[in-house]
This record gives sequence, structure tokens and C-alpha cells, in this order.
Amino acid sequence: MARRTIIQKLEILADAAKYDASCASSGSKKRNALGTAGIGSTEGMGICHSYAPDGRCISLLKVLLTNFCIFDCRYCINRSSSNVRRERFSVDEVVKLTLDFYKRNYIEGLFLSSGIIQSPNYTMEQLLEVARSLRQDHGFRGYIHLKTIAEADPELIRLAGLHADRLSVNVELPSEQGLTHYAPEKSGQTIRKAMADIRHEIDNVKDASSSRILKRAKAPSFAPGGQSTQMIVGADSSSDADILQSSSKLYAGYGLKRVYYSAYSPVPDASADLPPVRPPLIREHRLYQADWMFRFYGFSTAEITSVAENGMLDLEIDPKLSWALKNRGLFPMDINKASYGELLRIPGLGPASAKRIVQARRHTRLTLTDLGKIVRSLKNIRPFITAANWTPGHLTDSLGLRDRFVSRPRQLDLFS
Amino acid sequence: MITVELQSPTDFDGWRRLSRHLLAEGVKPDEVEWHIEGDAGTLFATPAYQPHPAPPSSSGPRVPKLFIDRARRVVCHTDTSRFIRLYRILWRLQQDGAYLSRITETDVKWLEDCDKAIRRDVHKTHAFVRFRQVNAGAAGRQEFAAWFEPTHRTLELSAPFFQRRFPNMDWIIVTPSMSAAWDGTMLRYAEGGSKSDVTPADAVEDQWRTYFKSIFNPARLKVTAMTSEMPRKYWKNLPEADLIPNLIATASERAKSMQLQPERAPNPLAEVLTRRRIGKATPAPTPQTLPETRKALSACTRCPLYKDASQSVPGEGPTNARLMIVGEQPGDQEDISGRPFVGPAGQLLDRVLVDAGLNRNEAYVTNAVKHFKFQPRGKRRMHQRPNAGEIDTCRWWLDLERRHVQPDLIIALGASAARGVLGHSIKVSDMRGKILPQPGAASVLVTVHPAYLLRLPDPDRARTERQRFAQDLSAARAFLEGTAHRTNA
Repeated sequence: MARRTIIQKLEILADAAKYDASCASSGSKKRNALGTAGIGSTEGMGICHSYAPDGRCISLLKVLLTNFCIFDCRYCINRSSSNVRRERFSVDEVVKLTLDFYKRNYIEGLFLSSGIIQSPNYTMEQLLEVARSLRQDHGFRGYIHLKTIAEADPELIRLAGLHADRLSVNVELPSEQGLTHYAPEKSGQTIRKAMADIRHEIDNVKDASSSRILKRAKAPSFAPGGQSTQMIVGADSSSDADILQSSSKLYAGYGLKRVYYSAYSPVPDASADLPPVRPPLIREHRLYQADWMFRFYGFSTAEITSVAENGMLDLEIDPKLSWALKNRGLFPMDINKASYGELLRIPGLGPASAKRIVQARRHTRLTLTDLGKIVRSLKNIRPFITAANWTPGHLTDSLGLRDRFVSRPRQLDLFS
Repeated sequence: MITVELQSPTDFDGWRRLSRHLLAEGVKPDEVEWHIEGDAGTLFATPAYQPHPAPPSSSGPRVPKLFIDRARRVVCHTDTSRFIRLYRILWRLQQDGAYLSRITETDVKWLEDCDKAIRRDVHKTHAFVRFRQVNAGAAGRQEFAAWFEPTHRTLELSAPFFQRRFPNMDWIIVTPSMSAAWDGTMLRYAEGGSKSDVTPADAVEDQWRTYFKSIFNPARLKVTAMTSEMPRKYWKNLPEADLIPNLIATASERAKSMQLQPERAPNPLAEVLTRRRIGKATPAPTPQTLPETRKALSACTRCPLYKDASQSVPGEGPTNARLMIVGEQPGDQEDISGRPFVGPAGQLLDRVLVDAGLNRNEAYVTNAVKHFKFQPRGKRRMHQRPNAGEIDTCRWWLDLERRHVQPDLIIALGASAARGVLGHSIKVSDMRGKILPQPGAASVLVTVHPAYLLRLPDPDRARTERQRFAQDLSAARAFLEGTAHRTNA
């Protein structure tokens, strides 16, 4: 077989990488290339340079170094038992591709992952070499996200953090049983241990930079963009409650920046082991909303899952609305009196609008019209609040309230 | 009516200077008309306003910095009323210093909305500018050019970003109203241009287009999610965008064909690998040494605690230690580092050991339960006491450690440790500080867990309790000094 061109390799190795949802380029420290011989910058906020028709942001060049893999994880397109075309980039090819794309302003940087070849350590060393070359040979100051091979030596993880902005280890499945069944070579313990090692290094750097003696020295750096992980939704039988409990433990344990939820998606040459029906994309969306409630709205996991029937979130309405409908005794809330924390519990209000309500009501008693200037839509909010000239009357307690929020006809969902 | 002339559509400095004069002269907002030099209409208007040559009093109008920052951006907006509105807000700010926080006022809302639109425009410029290499293959600095059409007149706000990012390549961004060029030393703004000013092709675009096609997952079509962030107005200058219609049109067909694909025989390689893996796994015998114990412990699944913990935390210390210290279970930091007693309770223990004349490095330090048991609460993991079943199950490991270390004395810190060491529950307050001889085994001394001392809110109480804890540890030291080392006996 003739050697494939870069374009042909890219076709295979980008296709193989697309099931990783993360493409974030945010959260790292600020730096740029002024006064250096290099190239690149990160300015805190991530930038999405394009969007694919699947609605996902394209911020980084997301490729695998190789899609050869000695592991046989059932849900994965690159598992050893799959018949997909296999290919491999050289270290230099990935470095050149990253720089070529970066100079044309297509990307913020690189998200590099790999199938496991030869051994976890060998694979991790290859990933590291790409990052090292970009940083040291080319003065690259853009964003680098490295997938961490959990089974690799902790020393390699430590080295990875010196070059990468973000590290991630995917937990893939929310339960230990799921993992045993679908990913026989992986273990939850190994994955959590790798996350612990990453947190350990991040904590050490934090301790060092808060130490008065070390402060004068050049601040050490370890994965300044933190770590993240991904869970596949709907490949095993875990419920939404299982998933949310699992992610709340991961957030608490490892200071994760994000848990990505990825609805299991059909892959070419799928394993016969997998469920024949794929989960609706909306389930993934509801999990993200619940995740947000937990991280930014002050809800506990128990509160969120208390309204999940049989452990499953309502697919037709968002989980915060669902919680409010089942806790109507707390409503309507007076938007002129409710605390910031209480405002966050009102359906349709987020942290930004809650903050603006608190600011605006210092000057005037807010009417519904005033509120209309602060929020995007009053539709969800109205039944749950009172304002200077508004009371919802018996709307809050009306039996048909839920129906008002269910949009019909339902969004067409391909192959759900 | 007063006609005021500005030098360019984004002449913030002119607006600021003239507004100061107008304000000093008490000119009301509805008495001013703002014009841009060279624009139609100015020809027939009254002669342009000439401010008094002397600058207005140095005390000048005071405005919040927030207003200046916003106004500087908002002059780049295409809204023709921007100068009138900005002067009106400036006027209102003189009477009401808190005016900008009245976000339900129409002008304040307008200012915020325009500012948001400008920032979005700048952000989208950073995102969607596409450079093409002009001098591919040539030696020396690489040269790039881009054609871009921002929604507002924002190039001066967006160009410095490219300077910070690409200082070592020469580049030019051409827009209809202005261009920005960087040559390694100066960022220069000049007149606008047209699409034909920029080279029509770059070979790397084909790679980028391939990437765009391949990273798209046809099984999850979400077109509105794409267009809300990448509106169609930008598509004409994105080299990848003309692929989108066809990707959408063929998506459902591609997804369906993946699902309908007949099952194929698994890749034979997988079977070879699986056989190799299973061949390697051998059932673990009972560990014969301390290092073997550590290794076996790392794979322990004897109770469900392994499911949430990061790792088992084995004991640490010399194999021939005369003193063994047993705690309850690893905490958050022990779970992360894999070492016992490194968190706050461990640090306290270290200090009190020193007070009592004991050296931690000479002791074997371990826990009754080897995995961390916790409940997540927000960003933290709250310690949960292990139950009797978990302690008893984990005793298997503690017993192995005892067998390999053969200490003369074991200090059990707290009730859980006491259960792990003695095999049954006791009340710590009844037993603490006493040496309890055990037939055929190391003697045991029970005391409190240092975490208990950390939880005491009353400082006096904490001090006395710490002293008692130190006394208990001193009793242990006295015992060790009074007993000959077993190897010397």
C-alpha cells in the first residue's frame, strides 16, 4: 500500500478523535509571544475558530497520534477489534500541522490524544515529545491539551503538566461495573489514581506559589488550565442520577474544570455488545444543565436528583424548572427582595441576570417590564415571581403549568 | 442648533475633547448635531462648532472609568446616533453619578447592548480571520494576508491581539474601511481595500477543509447551535464554510449507514491481544513481604470503598519498627498523595510526637482502613467514618502489616483504629493512655485521633486535650524505653 498523504492521514486521525467532546482552550494563564522568538498566545478566554454542523466548537486541532490501539474498549471506534483503517502521524507531522494551522488563525492550539501502542509509557512518551517540540523547538505559546494515558508512569504525567495547559483522563463510564464490562483493560482505580497524581502536582505548584520564599523565583507551572474528564452517556445502563453522583465525586476529589458528557454515538463497525438504541442528544443536554446547577447555581446533587424519576431527568423540561415545579411552595419569589442565592433558584434566571437584578433594584422597585430588559425571556420566569406590578395569582399552583413549558411539536431527533 | 464635526467615524478623542467644551458651556444634548468630516450633509449645515481655544477648566467633568472604556468601544459601532447618545449619557452622569447602574434606563441599556455587540464583533474577528501565506517557500520572515468584514468599525480594537500572537510573522488584515499591517516593529493602520487585495489561495486550506469535514460527527446534527455562534454572514470569508451545506445534506444518510452496517468479524488482532493479557494475569498468593503486601493492597476490592477512592494508602516506615501507629483511614490529602498522615491531622501528630520525644521516622504509620471514605460536598470531600464491617474487612491488611513489622507496641488513634487493632469495639475514654498487654502479640495503647483535637472549637479545651494526647504518647515512649528491644532480648 502506498504511503498516505498528510491529508489522508488527517482524514483518519481527526475522524478517530471526534468522539472526544472537549475542545476548550480556556482557563490557562495569560501569555503571548511579544519579545520572544516564538509564536502564540493564550488570553484567558478561549476562542472557537469554527463550528461544525454538529454544533461543536472547533478551537483546537484535535487529532490522535495514532488510532492503532491494543485496548479493546467496546464503545470506542479505535478498539483493537474494530476494522477501521489504521494510521499513524509522526511527531514532526503533528508539530508542523499544528503550526501551519495556527499561523493561519484556524486554531488556538492542539488537543492530542492517542490509541495505545506498544505500551502506555511508550505512547505517553510520544505525546510528550510533540508537546515538548512545540514548546521548546518552536517557542509555541498557544494552548496544548494532552490526553493523559492513565496507565502510564506518574513521572510521565508530571512531565506532561510542564508543557500542557490542560490534562485530561477520561473516566468514560460512570460505574466501575460498566468499565469492567466495556473496557476490560481499564480500571476506575487506575483512572482515579492518574487524576489524583495530576491534582497532587497542581496542589504542589499552588503551595509553592503561595510560599513567601519561593514567590520571588520564577513561578512554577503545572497544567495551568487544570484537568477535565469525559463520560459516555447511554452506552451502559447508568442512570442520570448515577452519572451526576459520579461526577460530583470527581469534581470534589480532583478539582476538575469540567466533566464532559458525551451521548454515545454510533460509530462505524460498532461492537455488537452495545445497546442498539442510542440515547437522545437531549439527554446529554439535560446532564450539562444539571452539572451547571451543581457548579454555579448552588444546588446539591441530592436536590437535582430528587426530581429525577427512576434516576432519569425529565427530557422535556430543564432540570431547574423541573425542580421548581416540584417545589412550588417556595414560589412565587419577590424579585425585589429575594437574595442572590434565591434568585438563582428561579427558572429562567442565571448568575448574570441575578447579579443585574440585585444591581438594578438598588435604584428602583423592579416591574415586570424592567425585568424584561434584564433577561432574555420572561416566559419561564413569570409564574415563579412577584414584581412591583406583577403577581402570578394561582398560576404558580396551576395543574397545567408544566405543559406551558413543553414545546410542541417535539424537536425532530434523528435515529433516537 | 450647534453642529460639531469629528474627524473620523471612530474619532473618540475628538468626541471627548469637544464634549468637554460643550459641557463646560452648558450646551444641552438636544442642541447638538454631530457630523463626521467629509460626510454628506455637512456642506449645507451651519459652520462647525469651534471650541474656545482655552481648554475648559482643568477640574473638568468627572465620569466613571467604566464610561470612558465603554464609550471608546461604542464609537466603533455603526449606530448613527452613537455620538448624540454618548453625549446625552455624559450629560446625565453630571447630575447622577450612579446613572450607569440604572440598567433599566433606555440609554444605559443602549450603551450596554452596543458595548456587547462591539465586544462580540472583536471576539469574532479574533476567531474568524483566516490568514493566507503570501510568500510560501521563500526565505526570511513569513508573510500572511487576510480579508475580513467585521460588522462594526472594530479593526483598531481587534488588531493588537494578532500583534501579541504573531509578532514574528508579517501580516496584514484588510477590511472594507481600514487595513492593519504588522512588520515586526510597528502596527500600521491604513485605508481599507477589497477582497482581491488578498491572495486567493493557500495550500494549507485543503488540509484545514479536510480537518473540518473529518471532525464533524454526522450522527449529531445541530445546525442552529452552529449558526448561532457562527452566523452565515461570516461564511463567505471562511475557507471551510462552503463544505457545510453538503455535510448537512448527507449527514442523516451517513449516520443511517453506520447503524445499518452489517456486523463484521472482529479484527483478529484483538483476540491475540486479549489472550496475551489474560495469560499475564495470575492469581495473587498471600503476600509474603511488606512490599508484596503493598502491591497486593493496591488492587484490593474486598469492600466497596475502592470504588470511589483514588488509591489504597499503605503504611509507611521501617520494617523493623518497634512502634506502630494506627489511624482511622486516609483523608483527602492522603488519598491524593498515597501516603498516610500527610494532611492536617498528620501534621499535628508529627508535632505532638516530637513533644513526647518520639520520632515518626522510626515508627511504622498506617491506618485501620486503607481507602478514603467520603461524601462529596461542593468542591470538597467530607470524611465519613468507616463502619465496623469495613474496619473488619480491612483488618486482613492490618494483620499482614503487623505480621511483617512485628512491633513491640501499637498506638491506636481513636475508636476505629482500636477496633482494627483489637478486633472488637471499645470506649476510648475507658481505655486511653493505658498499656494493654496482648497475649502473644504487641501491646496496645489506645488514645484519641489527632483529628479530634482539630475539631475542638474551644481553644482552652483544645490545649488541655493536646496535653493529654502528648501524655499518652509519652506513656508509649516510657513503655518502649522500659522494654528491651525484642532483638536484644
